[in-house]
Amino acid sequence: MSIAIADHIRDIPRSGIRDFFEIVQSMEDVISLGIGEPDFATPWHIREAAIYALERGRTGYTSNLGLPRLRRSISDYINKHFGIRYEPLSEILVSVGVSEAIDLALRALLNAGDEVIYHEPCYVSYAPTITMAHGVPVPVRTRAEDGFSLRAEDLEKVVTPRTRALMLNFPTNPTGATMEPAELEKIAAICVRHNLVVLTDEIYSELTYEGAKHTSIAVFPGMKERTVFLHGLSKAFAMTGWRIGFACAPAPLIEAMMKIHQYSILCASIMGQDAAIEALDRGEHSVAQMRREYEMRRNFIVSALNEMGLECRSPRGSFYVFPKIISTGLTSRDFCMRLLQEKKVAVVPGPAFGGGGEGHVRCSFATALPQIKIAMQLMAEFVGELKPA
Amino acid sequence: MMFLLMDAIIDLLQKNALMPRDEMARLLNMTTAEVEAAIAKLEADGIILGYQPVLNREKWDAEKVTAVIEVKITPERDGGFDRIASRIARFPEVQSCYLVSGGYDLLILVEAPNLRAAAAFVAERLSTIDAVQSTATHFRLKTYKENGTFHTFEASSERLSITP
Repeated sequence: MSIAIADHIRDIPRSGIRDFFEIVQSMEDVISLGIGEPDFATPWHIREAAIYALERGRTGYTSNLGLPRLRRSISDYINKHFGIRYEPLSEILVSVGVSEAIDLALRALLNAGDEVIYHEPCYVSYAPTITMAHGVPVPVRTRAEDGFSLRAEDLEKVVTPRTRALMLNFPTNPTGATMEPAELEKIAAICVRHNLVVLTDEIYSELTYEGAKHTSIAVFPGMKERTVFLHGLSKAFAMTGWRIGFACAPAPLIEAMMKIHQYSILCASIMGQDAAIEALDRGEHSVAQMRREYEMRRNFIVSALNEMGLECRSPRGSFYVFPKIISTGLTSRDFCMRLLQEKKVAVVPGPAFGGGGEGHVRCSFATALPQIKIAMQLMAEFVGELKPA
Repeated sequence: MMFLLMDAIIDLLQKNALMPRDEMARLLNMTTAEVEAAIAKLEADGIILGYQPVLNREKWDAEKVTAVIEVKITPERDGGFDRIASRIARFPEVQSCYLVSGGYDLLILVEAPNLRAAAAFVAERLSTIDAVQSTATHFRLKTYKENGTFHTFEASSERLSITP
């Protein structure tokens, strides 16, 4: 017999990244700029704190919402760095990475057929997660000429009476886009006017450059009560494998999310939570060091790409650049496949991140400088060889 | 400038003093000439005193011995510890010499071609200086980390080759 898969799951397309990943995996000695996680190991003081916690036998379940001590640390951290106050015991939920928290929030909010707007190009999980929660994904394009920031007017055009929520991710994976506070305020006003809930994934917020100050949409008038603030330890603290994220939102929504979380996940791992306490309380210096390193690599990669004739804006956040490859005459996919086959350098085709990605590729600079240097040299050779003789 | 420029340059030099200056310029969004001028200024101002390789002693000159020596001295009425410290520091065997707080006064790092030479330095040179009250010598057995560089490297974790 063949097992019938639920319609809404069956219809989710295979991830473009997954296809590409399998090809890269089958090859040897590939230099990959396709990795969306820090190349740094978790700072030692955080690892050491986790080891100490394990030695003391802290190996059990925690409260469904997460260790109260961790929720206090999260509350203090968000207050200090974002200027938003959340009640540790009722407005914060510790999740298994931000991805889980997004899933919880959507499942808690959506009735079948509710529309959720998100900006493209974007992280690969947004549209499928909306679909899995029986919602309708409504993409809104951002444009290269705006540095892939979201225009309030573009957003308002796609709002309908069925629109329930807006998902934001600034700084953005894959484009490195950030938002000017003035435009963000306009978006906030639209959300208030149309009574939208905002899910704001601010996982890259510490990784902003040139002294750019990150602003959360939750700080604008009327926003905190309609915002699900999503953040985690993975990127800024180099803690991807620990799987610790969190959601901050009004208590009734956290309560609803907790219902789903307790029956599907129970709680995030205690080792990760103990490590997260150390990271949030004492990790600022480590984050600053990694940010400096990323910023230097960003400068290097942007200048190298522009020099080889691939137009590349200098991103003000995240650890990705999203250069244009249109000048090569290749599609994004062909560019990536040929670069991989001819030079063994992996970058990710822009369309893997949804509409508006064609003509671009994503290169991560969360890779050590020596690798970036070789990759840039090989990529320059590749682009040079493409030019008609 | 994204952060204090001289700090950034010193940081890069400390990690790798041989990093090509044009590469440094790219990392810092500067021109090569600007980087060269900044380094020249750090040298001229006596902020950068020199550059040295970090050696793995297991692989090079393994006979050489290194000792950390705690030295108690009697300070002088004029000049305190400085004159006597500089007298000790001038011996070529002394690689580093610090005045420290605590149970003794000077902490010195001595390198000698072999154990006999190191012992001779302590017994004949160091201990015989009038102001030296006592010494305690600790020989190096193994180096784990030196000047920020690990001698035994941590295993690098395997990352997936493509992740979203």
